[in-house]
Amino acid sequence: MTRAWKMLSLIAALLPAAATAQEATVQYGSGPVPFLIRSTTDNSIIQPVMERFAELNPDLTITYEQWGSNALFARSRADCRDGNPPADAVLSSAVQQMVWLVNAACAQPHRSPAALALPPSRRWRDELWGITTEPAVIVYNKRLIDGADVPRSRFSLLDALRANPGLYRGRIATYDIAASGLGYLFAYSDSLEATTFGALMEGFARVDAVATCCSAEIIAGVAEGRFLIAYNVLGSYVANASAPEVGTILPEDYTLVLSRAFMIPKRAAQKGASAELLDFLLSAEAQNLLVEAGLVAVIEDTSSGLTASARRYIPLSPSLLVALDANRRALLLKFWSDTFGQGAIP
Amino acid sequence: MAEPRPPLTLAARVLGAVLLILLLGGVLVSGSAWLNGQQAARQAYDRILLGAARDIAESVRIQEGLPVADLPVSAFQLLAQAPDDRIYYAVHGPGQKFITGVDPESAVRVPEPGSGGPDYFEAKLNGEPARFVRITRRFAERNFSGPVEVVVGQTLRARKAMTADLMLDALLPMAVAGLALMAIAWLVIRTALRPLEAITDDLARRDPYDLTPIATGRLPRELQVVLGAMNRFMGRLDGQVEAMRNLISDTAHQLRTPVAAMRVQAETAVAEPGEAARRHALDRLLARTRSLGRLLDQLLSRALVVHRTDSAPRLAVDLREVALEIMERNDHALLAPGSDLRLEIGEDPVMVQADAFSLGEAAGNLLGNALRHGTPPVSIGAEQRGPDAILWVRDAGPGPGPAVTEHLGRRFNRSAGTQENSTGIGLSIVASVAAAFGGRVDMVREDDGFRAALVLPAAEEKP
Repeated sequence: MTRAWKMLSLIAALLPAAATAQEATVQYGSGPVPFLIRSTTDNSIIQPVMERFAELNPDLTITYEQWGSNALFARSRADCRDGNPPADAVLSSAVQQMVWLVNAACAQPHRSPAALALPPSRRWRDELWGITTEPAVIVYNKRLIDGADVPRSRFSLLDALRANPGLYRGRIATYDIAASGLGYLFAYSDSLEATTFGALMEGFARVDAVATCCSAEIIAGVAEGRFLIAYNVLGSYVANASAPEVGTILPEDYTLVLSRAFMIPKRAAQKGASAELLDFLLSAEAQNLLVEAGLVAVIEDTSSGLTASARRYIPLSPSLLVALDANRRALLLKFWSDTFGQGAIP
Repeated sequence: MAEPRPPLTLAARVLGAVLLILLLGGVLVSGSAWLNGQQAARQAYDRILLGAARDIAESVRIQEGLPVADLPVSAFQLLAQAPDDRIYYAVHGPGQKFITGVDPESAVRVPEPGSGGPDYFEAKLNGEPARFVRITRRFAERNFSGPVEVVVGQTLRARKAMTADLMLDALLPMAVAGLALMAIAWLVIRTALRPLEAITDDLARRDPYDLTPIATGRLPRELQVVLGAMNRFMGRLDGQVEAMRNLISDTAHQLRTPVAAMRVQAETAVAEPGEAARRHALDRLLARTRSLGRLLDQLLSRALVVHRTDSAPRLAVDLREVALEIMERNDHALLAPGSDLRLEIGEDPVMVQADAFSLGEAAGNLLGNALRHGTPPVSIGAEQRGPDAILWVRDAGPGPGPAVTEHLGRRFNRSAGTQENSTGIGLSIVASVAAAFGGRVDMVREDDGFRAALVLPAAEEKP
């Protein structure tokens, strides 16, 4: 362990909130150079990718820290503001927070052919890059819902709720947007996309839908049959849940697509290694590994049945700052709780 | 001291000047394009800033007595027109109470409120230069009253990119035009200087003794003037050289025989034992010496006349005065003592454009010939006959033989040169003067004698 590393540990220990927010730490490789990556992605999912990267860079000892998105944001923000040694790379699904960090000059730029090849919606200022392709899907229990009755779009979901409120009462699940950053991001994006959002919230409220915090819980609930349908679940979690009973639908009216954002903090000690990691993550090899890991959904082809116009990428752009705005958030949460009703939240 | 640089060629000078002008113009145009681009970019993005700020201000509403901003995404999409720029926004209530903003912790130094309209200002945003606008919306609701201030800012990347783009757009055609101008200037200069180069080549190749004129055929007028002057100069030089050569050759030719004769007579005188014979030899030696003196006079006079007709300015001369002066000089008394010389001049001036001295020499020679070879009485006169101004000498004799008149105009009369009292050089002087002033020599046998005349074109009489 280097001195800097000890310092970091010391400082981390001095920051109680930050120190406890880290959920898991895994090490890859055993090279002389320490390399710290903080991520919101479950280590178990991304493991093959990180192992391959460690293999390619034997001089690195990679410490993979798994964080909750809000804690990671708070920590990164504090590092940036106070000048503490930051992580060498940050990978987060809460892209609005990443946009905020880049907007606050907490990131450093990197240009490489692979990075520049990304479409504009997945790249901002050459400081933030979208690595993955993860749709927000509707999941359902295959046993309990007949294939023909599966709602293929938000409209059919609304119709189903109206037609059969008894069946769905208490058996619809979605993220609690107050508790889940991802849920909030999807709800925010929904609110921008269409008026169906309001109708959907009301529909959910009518059938006493359950709002819960965590992907795992929702998917498990659907698999067990506690929930018939769950709305706006991140597709990658479904792919990794290995629950054969759970079916996935890419809503045909539009499907939100999230791209986890990668950032190199401004004072990263191993900038070169971070840039290498980024280029590796964007390489065909890593993308294939990510496809296997479910983090890159192949939705571009025709087999998914999703038209190009129905794919709504959540763009890495400064307009995502609105998602983080306190007033806006308060208004959305208020709208959400007003329509969803206090009783529905367990 | 530095080594003196070789002088630049004319083409290099002109091209250098053109290049300098183009460069100077280029710098000026670049500066102006940059300023224009900057202004255009500033206006364009300031409008975006203002639009976004207005959108945000518009979204502020009063909820339960407090202003709340329901941030419009459109405002940010507007700001995202500068896709790579960082954004700042902040909404403050009365007393700078924070309502919402990108980061409550980041403070941008906002200048004092101005007139109330949109205030633009520049400040640092997270260490990067940025431009901001501040607008104020005043509320007068039942439960809330006061100003709400919206500040929106953006870093300058897009502005700089736009400025650079505009500048490049303006400069690229200019650069192309500049290059084209250079090429055209090169061609024009080459074409314009080609005659000069031809002359330079001609002069460089020319034999130093070659004084023939340089062809001025297809030259520009300025060069024709220069070349004309040069050609005239060379012509004169050529004439002088020729005259000198002639003088030397004439002198050698004319002097060799009399000097040889004198030497023989002197030797005879020295060797002669008899007093009478020696006396006779000395007499002849004396005559020879006199003749040689006259010959020398004439040769020098001729050289002088040739020189003067070439170089002396042409002035208005009255031929009557020339005749009068000859009379008054009274040289004839020496040549032919007791001879009868008459002057015949009219009342009207007989004007020519010529050199008085040369005319005097010519007249003197005509007169000398008449006195020496003619028959008295001899008269001299001047008259104007139509366009001709005539200075003439007349005697009562038959005139010279046809051989002399026939050879008139040659440089000198070689056959005559051997005679002691040669008329050849005298007539050649007259012929030279006549030729120099555009006239001719007339020799006319008349009923009562012989008349030799110098006929010159009469000058326009000046009042």
